[in-house]
Amino acid sequence: MVADVKERQGFAGITLPSLRGATGPLIGLIVLCLFLTFATDKFLSVRNFLNVLDQITVLGVMAVGMTFVILIGGIDLAVGSVMALAMMVLGYLNVVAGVPMGIAIPLALLVASLNGLVAGLLITRFNVPAFIATLAMMSITRGLANMITDGQQIIGFPAWFNMMAIVRFGGFVTLTVAVMIAVFIVGLLYQRYRHGGRVLYAIGGNAEVARLAGINVQRATVLVYVVCSFLAGLSGMVLAARLDSVQPSSGVSYELDAIAAVVIGGTSLSGGTGGIGGTIIGVLIIGVLRNGLNLLSVSPFMQQVIIGAVIVLAVTAETYRKRK
Amino acid sequence: MTNRSPILSLRGIEKSYGPIKVLHGVDLDIYPGEVVALLGENGAGKSTLSNIISGTVQPSAGDMTWLGRPYAPANPRAAIDEGVGMIHQELKLLPKLSIAENIFVGRYPMKSGRLDRKVMEDRAHIGLRRLGLDVSPDRLVEGLSTGKQQLIEIAKALTLNARLLILDEPTAALGGEETQLLFRQIERLKSEGVGIIYISHRLEEIRQITDRIVVMRDGAKVQEFDSGDVPIRTIVESMVGRSLERMFPTLPVPTDEVTLEVRNLCSPSKAFRDISFSVRKGEVFGIAGLMGAGRTELVRAITGADPIASGEVLLHGRPVTPRAPIDAIRNGIVLVPEDRKLQGVVLDHSIAENIGYANLGGVAHNGWLSSRRIREFAEEYIKRFGVKGRGEQNAGELSGGNQQKVVLAKWLARKPKVVVLDEPTRGIDVGARSSIYDLIMDLAREGVAVVVVSSDLEEVLGVSSRIMVMAQGKQAGILNREDANDVSVMELATI
Repeated sequence: MVADVKERQGFAGITLPSLRGATGPLIGLIVLCLFLTFATDKFLSVRNFLNVLDQITVLGVMAVGMTFVILIGGIDLAVGSVMALAMMVLGYLNVVAGVPMGIAIPLALLVASLNGLVAGLLITRFNVPAFIATLAMMSITRGLANMITDGQQIIGFPAWFNMMAIVRFGGFVTLTVAVMIAVFIVGLLYQRYRHGGRVLYAIGGNAEVARLAGINVQRATVLVYVVCSFLAGLSGMVLAARLDSVQPSSGVSYELDAIAAVVIGGTSLSGGTGGIGGTIIGVLIIGVLRNGLNLLSVSPFMQQVIIGAVIVLAVTAETYRKRK
Repeated sequence: MTNRSPILSLRGIEKSYGPIKVLHGVDLDIYPGEVVALLGENGAGKSTLSNIISGTVQPSAGDMTWLGRPYAPANPRAAIDEGVGMIHQELKLLPKLSIAENIFVGRYPMKSGRLDRKVMEDRAHIGLRRLGLDVSPDRLVEGLSTGKQQLIEIAKALTLNARLLILDEPTAALGGEETQLLFRQIERLKSEGVGIIYISHRLEEIRQITDRIVVMRDGAKVQEFDSGDVPIRTIVESMVGRSLERMFPTLPVPTDEVTLEVRNLCSPSKAFRDISFSVRKGEVFGIAGLMGAGRTELVRAITGADPIASGEVLLHGRPVTPRAPIDAIRNGIVLVPEDRKLQGVVLDHSIAENIGYANLGGVAHNGWLSSRRIREFAEEYIKRFGVKGRGEQNAGELSGGNQQKVVLAKWLARKPKVVVLDEPTRGIDVGARSSIYDLIMDLAREGVAVVVVSSDLEEVLGVSSRIMVMAQGKQAGILNREDANDVSVMELATI
């Protein structure tokens, strides 16, 4: 009896337990890739694939944190602003104050994490709805990021910093892509195989059931917002390396891209279902779509329309599948 | 009174929810100027019947006649327009609106297309004064005592100029003086020829205020009395009746060792006060009482789900008063909650995950675990408790009885010392019930102290070695099995 209830079989006999609920998005990604392979002559190449990876690093790192937040039924609107604040703290410490990068980066990440701590405490201790708490944090952190240099950008990082986003180690991945992949793997393992990760599903499924089952819902919630903000800060480090500069207007509306990637990947906004596996696919879909539309010379305005349509398509397909 | 024609006549009213029939052909006449008490245990069908009259629920069969004309209200609005006013047991006031706005919500007095605030407040003021309520009509409802809110509900119904008024437990939240004011209003309405259906559990006040008593049991009208000269004992016996015998397993003999002790427990919301009892190893301890007696609040507090204002919980003589569910769980005190679907299981997660959620710490090795390990762990308990379902099936697809077994399985995997079950068989069909009873007896036999809260009198009597009866937040008494029967329990519960 146990044998026939083992892992759900994916196509080609590969077991895909991590893709539960994300098989739809995966099929979508494959169809998209096939279409672009035939529609353009540049899409299917190692070089272009590495380009796509480079382009999704910031979104990818941020979306992992957002997945955890959405899994517990929350939302974090502050990630774009927190990212900008972390970048400005890094620029100020390193370029203006002369603090070495080895210390400036951890400090910038610490500042980012503190924002998550504040949001988490507002939500759990003061019962502020997550939407409002993070909306407030979005405004506060954006203002703070601007105050550091009065809205000016900072340039003049050490030369090796930008190289992390350019040099392909072993001719393959840049350090920034490696960071993203590491975040994916750690996130995936945590969510699937750690006690703390499984608990998030219970909280998102029904917080009262989770509480009555002896789960410390408040602590887990605070932790999730801290991790989400930490990863927003980390994505800021990645963006700073890519741009070789920091400016306080970075990351405007990035929170919405991150939410879109999570939702396209099949994680329900009401919480309790989905996961990092789906989010990785969601991030890839957005990356491949943007890349392909550029190759097809579609205007950036039209690209926004198409990405909006893809979000609608992904969510309605998922809802329809569930109803069946 | 007999030579007048009734305001409302019901003939053969039936109501079914799916295959479950909750009303079996009820006949009822309400005459002008008459107060009729509707009496019965929880689930006897009183609320369904009054909801049908007030248009909230549509009957499956039967006819109603209103002032000689056929009457079939499609919604509460239609009933109100005919002159039926209903005051619900749960308050349905809007806290952020003023008293006057609450009284006139949905039928605001208008003047040239605009709300006439002056007329509204004047009329509200008159309504409030009639009930001796000295509050300004433009005050917000928020922050008023429950008793005052109840009076506002009544004022609202009075301004409807209703021909028939349904009062569902109107005095539940009222003090003595407020109750007397209400009774004076009822007398006045009677003299104006209004018919009143009065639902209450307080038998003394029913005898005082009503003219006729209609007793319901299991969805049918069983008896009618003229108030005044009936002894309370007769009414109670009629209420509990002797319905079909159900099968209960034999009770194990409890030991003398006390496992759980509760001392002077009080809730911050005053839902229960000064509760003390103890449960022995291997004993099934029942808690009975009417709706709102504070039973659920009490057991939730004992298991850490709700806060405790004062008092102590002891386990084997050691104080273990919990502050959160995890405190109680760590001490081996677990709760099978009242509402399975909202508190017991995550409906759209699998059975295995649901069992896992209370046991993740035990399943994990150094914090590491996998879906497969959770499922293997859960399969063992699915088999042991005879849950009819597979591990990866969603809990929402199971029947109520099997969902309850999932909740039990998730806790019993932790080998608890005290298991508290709140309404363990509510909404569960008869066949599955007996397997839940068997599980309860197995637990007691293994030396667990079991606490069972139930509104089903026969159930509490059938499974408990001792029964504590609660009434209005207080413990009315503890009965030994030999002394406990439906009459003695109901007498304590309706104090």
